[in-house]
Amino acid sequence: MIDTSFASRRLLLAGVFFSAFTLCAAAQQPATPPAAPAAQPLPPGSPMIGRPDNEAAAKLAPVAPPPIPAAADKLPLAKLKVPAGFNIEVYASGMANARSLAQSDKGTVFVGSRLVDKVYAITDKDGRKSVKVIASGLYRPNGVAFKDGTLYIAELSKVSKIEKIDDVLDNPPKPTVIYDKLPKDEAHGWKFIAIGPDDKLYVPVGQPGNNVLHDADHGQIRRMNLDGTGAEVYAVGVRNTVGFDWNPETKQLYFTDNGRDWLSETVPEDELNRVTKAGEDFGAPFCYQGNIIDQELGWGKDCKNYTPPVGLMGPHTAALGMRFYTGSMFPKQYKNAIFVARHGSWNKSQKQGGDVVVVKLNKDGTVKSVEPFLTGFIEDNKYVGRPVDVMQLKDGSLLVSDDWNGAVYRISYGKQKVAAK
Amino acid sequence: MYKTLTAALALALLTLPASAETFQERAAPCLACHGERGTSETENTPSLGGQQAPYALIQLFMFREKLRLFEPMNEMAKSLTDDDLRTFSDFIATLPKPAVPTDAADTARMARGAALANQNRCNTCHNPDYSGKENVPRIAGQREDYLAKTLAEYKDNSRHGYDATMADVMQTVAKDQIGDLAHYLAHQH
Repeated sequence: MIDTSFASRRLLLAGVFFSAFTLCAAAQQPATPPAAPAAQPLPPGSPMIGRPDNEAAAKLAPVAPPPIPAAADKLPLAKLKVPAGFNIEVYASGMANARSLAQSDKGTVFVGSRLVDKVYAITDKDGRKSVKVIASGLYRPNGVAFKDGTLYIAELSKVSKIEKIDDVLDNPPKPTVIYDKLPKDEAHGWKFIAIGPDDKLYVPVGQPGNNVLHDADHGQIRRMNLDGTGAEVYAVGVRNTVGFDWNPETKQLYFTDNGRDWLSETVPEDELNRVTKAGEDFGAPFCYQGNIIDQELGWGKDCKNYTPPVGLMGPHTAALGMRFYTGSMFPKQYKNAIFVARHGSWNKSQKQGGDVVVVKLNKDGTVKSVEPFLTGFIEDNKYVGRPVDVMQLKDGSLLVSDDWNGAVYRISYGKQKVAAK
Repeated sequence: MYKTLTAALALALLTLPASAETFQERAAPCLACHGERGTSETENTPSLGGQQAPYALIQLFMFREKLRLFEPMNEMAKSLTDDDLRTFSDFIATLPKPAVPTDAADTARMARGAALANQNRCNTCHNPDYSGKENVPRIAGQREDYLAKTLAEYKDNSRHGYDATMADVMQTVAKDQIGDLAHYLAHQH
């Protein structure tokens, strides 16, 4: 995913100093080269801050997906690989920038977006899928959640709802705002949301840049009542989580968190975290992956004062959507395992991630293994698709969204029952 | 230049489905404001020459979807199909890059603009020669008034980018620095 970066003053100064000697802009001018500009920090949200000055790093920048969703027959389905016995098919397509997924009790699948202004609904009538836009004109409506007939939508800085959504799919009213006491930062401002076993709505607020100090309103997961009242901070030291779910056995919240950019090609790794008590601190921006003190902001800090991740998800891989598998369609070994969509790296010379992995847990809730499950989205170090979220359908099959192609795939196990288009 | 343009138009024509209107006819209203040969002579209206096709596609898409608001463009893009958007953006990329501005560069402003461009590392995404890449636009030789207007719109967040990079970048560029930055970029070629 597009992670914006942030400021390392030390590197920044080095960068300014360095650029005074490079040919770039100044040398192209007939004018006398200017004096080194007055020290002025790059904005905290700038993806350039913290970037080391070398040729390989200079080639890296966030990757933007094509704006137009791929036609159904142009999807990379034939390139996608699942383990033996599993099948993958296109569930629905034509949804620009399809991101987070939620499902109603009647089986309607809701799909949020980040770079466009829409929330989609996929309905299934006798195996025939159709896609409707149920809300538009929203600002980065990445998050969707469903409970008791109501659809919740999270935009960049507000959460709203549409009641009895299944009854109004053809003529939905404008969403009603329930909570807007949220910062408006663009960097890590888009939101994944979900409703916990405590019937509270969980809403993350990312850190407003790659690696920044920030106020008490950022870098956390909040929870609140379903009407937006009673908001409280549930976890802190969270850099940018775009996926979480609750362990069906322990009811503990597990969440993915994206590590900082530009530290190196190999670390820090993205995290899989577990909250064991409200208020826990997961370390960002001082400590990453449980054992790396940040080279700039971590001075005077100690990783032992923060909750370490239960699992590491690979460097810059952008581990996003994750859900526990509670269905019975897949073989037993997948029961209560976590499927994690890794959107794929931009801050790495050789792309990594861009897949769905399955995380199996030990009895004590720690990570036993991380294995590939759905692969094939990277070809010649380029994306042919990028998975964002995963969600189990009632029949035990698994949906995967792809914001590069604007599509949702369905993975099933066993003799394939081909769903009609 | 003419040859390139003619070739581009011919190519574009070949790739279009049979239509009552030729591509040349369809592109005429675009070129009327944006300039026949990639260089706009219309106030506040960007030159399109040499623009990156993926960037042009994103902008046309955003105009059609009203994610970027400018009424004449929203109106023009309203009825375009996905294929139309691709055809027009590919065509835009074949237009010759903007002509060197006729007004002389102001030495002091150029120096200040260069310092700002360096400091904000514009050349990282926009390329060392500001020709752009993929979804990041060519800004070299763009009209100065359009650059200044656009930078100001990114700064006050009245223009939302496809992603939010420019809104973040413009946080620390002061309003009164925008003019120098625009002047400098307009004189790159």
